[in-house]
Amino acid sequence: MSYLLAFLFAGVVCALGQIILDNTKLTPGHVTSLFTVGGAILSFCGCYDYLISHFGAGATVVIANFGHMLFSSAWQGYLEEGILGIFSGMFVKSSIAITGVIVFSFIFAIIFKPKD
Amino acid sequence: MKKEDYKKLVKKVSPKEPKLRNVLVAFFTGGLIGLIGQIIITLLNVSFGLSKVEAGGWLALIIIFVSTLMTALGFFDKWVTTCKSGLIVPTTGFAHSVASAALDYRNDGLITGLGSNFFKLAGSVILYGVISSFILVIVKVIFCG
Repeated sequence: MSYLLAFLFAGVVCALGQIILDNTKLTPGHVTSLFTVGGAILSFCGCYDYLISHFGAGATVVIANFGHMLFSSAWQGYLEEGILGIFSGMFVKSSIAITGVIVFSFIFAIIFKPKD
Repeated sequence: MKKEDYKKLVKKVSPKEPKLRNVLVAFFTGGLIGLIGQIIITLLNVSFGLSKVEAGGWLALIIIFVSTLMTALGFFDKWVTTCKSGLIVPTTGFAHSVASAALDYRNDGLITGLGSNFFKLAGSVILYGVISSFILVIVKVIFCG
């Protein structure tokens, strides 16, 4: 059952992105930014933890989860350290994604030659 | 030719995007990534005894590793052309945008090429994610303490 829910949720979010891409003049860059901000807003409303507990990986693989990680770790930082915590905590959860992207992209860019 | 006639002609001649097919393809590819993610999380959770949070972290790393590797090998661009937002909306799209910028600009030098263009495409995601989160935290602090 959890597999089906993960499939459906990720599928619906991606289909939504495709509908936006096809029917507006927005580019993929706009859509991903929009979904990230959307994830932060859902996290602000307290919905995103609910989504993750119900749809599992379906909710964590989409880019909206990036916005959720940013907001929730910034809020966590505020609860622990106050205003300074917003700044020190912002990237706590998303550090895995950002560091991973930087490290792997750099290594592969050095090793492989671009294909045209 | 009148302007409206011209518009009609352009609409007639320009190739039609098969919208319904695009949406279905995006639905199935995106869903497949979610399904694979769920399988990996269950596998790590049951077989390796990792907690849900740890398993989620490893899942993010695995997805990023695979999609940067596929970008570097040249497969990913073809897949994006077919699957469209099914690969753009998941984390794969974020990893792909960084990896393809890194590959494209590598020949311009390590600092002026690779370094300064690294976040050319993914920068907007990080920028607007941080700005919106910051504003929302401030709003939440003001209204909820």
